[in-house]
Amino acid sequence: MADKVLMKGNEAIAEAAILAGCRHYFGYPITPQTEVAAYMAKRMPKIGGTFLQAESEIAAINMVYGVASTGKRVMTSSSSPGISLKGEGLSYLAGADLPALVVNVQRGGPGLGGIQPSQSDYFQATKGGAHGDFHMIVLAPDSVQEMAELTVRGFELADQYRMTAMILADGTMGQMMEPVSLDFKFRDPVEKPWAVTGTGMKREHNIINSLYLKPDLLEKTNFDRFERYKVIEENEVLYEEYKMEDAEICVAAFGIAARVAKNAIDQAREQGVKVGLIRPITLWPFPTKAFAAAAEKVGHFLSVELSMGQMIEDVRLAVNGKAPVSLCNRTGGMIPLPEQVLDAILSIHNGGAK
Amino acid sequence: MVIFDKPHALTDVPLHYCPGCTHGIVHRLVAEVIDELGIEGKTIGIAPVGCSVMAYDYFNFDMIEAAHGRAPAVATGVKRSDPENIVFTYQGDGDLASIGTAETVHSAARNENITVIFINNAIYGMTGGQMAPTSLPGQVTQTSPYGRDVNLCGYPVKVCEMLSQLDGPEYLARVAVNNVKNIKNAKKAIKKAFENQINGKGFSLIEVLSSCPTNWGLTPQKALQWIDEKMIPYYPLGVYKDRSAEKGDE
Ligand SMILES: Cc1ncc(C[n+]2csc(CCOP(=O)(O)OP(=O)(O)O)c2C)c(N)n1
Ligand code: SF4
Repeated sequence: MADKVLMKGNEAIAEAAILAGCRHYFGYPITPQTEVAAYMAKRMPKIGGTFLQAESEIAAINMVYGVASTGKRVMTSSSSPGISLKGEGLSYLAGADLPALVVNVQRGGPGLGGIQPSQSDYFQATKGGAHGDFHMIVLAPDSVQEMAELTVRGFELADQYRMTAMILADGTMGQMMEPVSLDFKFRDPVEKPWAVTGTGMKREHNIINSLYLKPDLLEKTNFDRFERYKVIEENEVLYEEYKMEDAEICVAAFGIAARVAKNAIDQAREQGVKVGLIRPITLWPFPTKAFAAAAEKVGHFLSVELSMGQMIEDVRLAVNGKAPVSLCNRTGGMIPLPEQVLDAILSIHNGGAK
Repeated sequence: MVIFDKPHALTDVPLHYCPGCTHGIVHRLVAEVIDELGIEGKTIGIAPVGCSVMAYDYFNFDMIEAAHGRAPAVATGVKRSDPENIVFTYQGDGDLASIGTAETVHSAARNENITVIFINNAIYGMTGGQMAPTSLPGQVTQTSPYGRDVNLCGYPVKVCEMLSQLDGPEYLARVAVNNVKNIKNAKKAIKKAFENQINGKGFSLIEVLSSCPTNWGLTPQKALQWIDEKMIPYYPLGVYKDRSAEKGDE
């Protein structure tokens, strides 16, 4: 196995992107994702790439739209308020079927909110994030290693399905330092005959566009796109199960919340409570089947989130009334302690919390 | 002998513009210049949101349709992706001087090596004739039905004058397309703007005073006169910045 290097999560994203062949980065400063831009600003000029600090997140995402139109790998990163500004661009990327990688290192909201870690952009990320019928592939790392791996995977999925992949991380993931292996297995690159590269007077002109004035045509593009989404839902769901074999209580958590939850689960197990975890790694597509299967044998679900409870809605949909689903949360930049999660597990175990 | 032929850079798709609209003339000038410079195969155009939104169907080269006002940012991405390509935006006044002001100013400040064709028709054409950032003081529009009141909604944005205060841009010129002489000058300026890009000189913007007979409520003929009588006095034609000429390297 290749050597590991000690890196911050945000830096791991940047280096993994470069290794994945991304040579264009556009961004606008915002805490807590600054290290991604700083890393790119240092590295890109040395390897013939482009780092450009845009005048706004709106400009940055549209620069991404430009490079994506030419068929090259391109990314931007930001944090919650900045992602809201990118919403317009995310919708256009979806409408024009362009691949891109967007990183959201979330902070507490709404509004200017705070700069501490949060997961309260779950709705925004998984339910489209802007106007129109569309989805993004949403990847939620829970370690620095996954920050790197999911960045590579994000580029590959984006290319394969011609859509935006979003890394949905949070301030802790971004700042945390862990050893990482950057020894990736890359998929073969995807042909992009649709890209605008200049006709060279050798082919018909290519057009990158999301305007369809005829409603039947626009409807068809949406139907076609959602056919592609079905393939993704079938083939690209990622999740981790932890101590689920004999579990009677199932915790649902992603990212930093999953790490806290594992700690609590270990403590609960020491007390003889049969509890496990399903950790969605793709938030869209959501591991609905895994939760539905768990609902056949588990008596109670507990969604642990750094928000007022957003993923819990998808857990409830998947569980489909077969078992109660409770919430254990902190928000606004606060992180639940393992003790809080343990208490929630124990009170379910003792027939409490609903 | 061929007396009148369609430039190769234009497709056969019939233009959807209203009778007497000068968008069509400007399309043709851009296409002629691209033919003459032999750059069609490596040109990528960015269409705006506005009446020229479907310019992507009219030009024979690769095209991108951008979000409202964002064309200069999209062009920045395209140009940075492959600096060998020739990249231009084609934008109306609402697109370029209102919702996209930041993108315009900053691509100019960066001296992004792109060409911008800016159609100033003093109105929002596509949405049915609302007040534009360039509507004249007193001009009656759907959203300034008593005439543009500068005390209420401020003064028009003079794009060439404003951008000429920046150190960044290479070339800024205002032209008109309301008579043969002006059209000839417009073509010269557009050609220079593309040549600048080919020669790596940077950001060139050509502001074209253009007509919107439909929303001005004028006949095509009267609309051309209105450009002479109302627009040109407020928006004087000429070169507002030419860095190479200033440095004397021409
Ligand atoms: C974000 C957004 N806001 C508003 C619109 C509606 N809209 C379409 S075209 C347009 C104005 C275009 O006017 P202008 O740029 O002057 O071009 P013209 O039509 O006159 O050529 C507006 C406001 C839109 N498409 N997108
Ligand atoms: S509305 Fe005005 S700008 Fe638009 S096509 Fe008609 S005349 Fe031209």
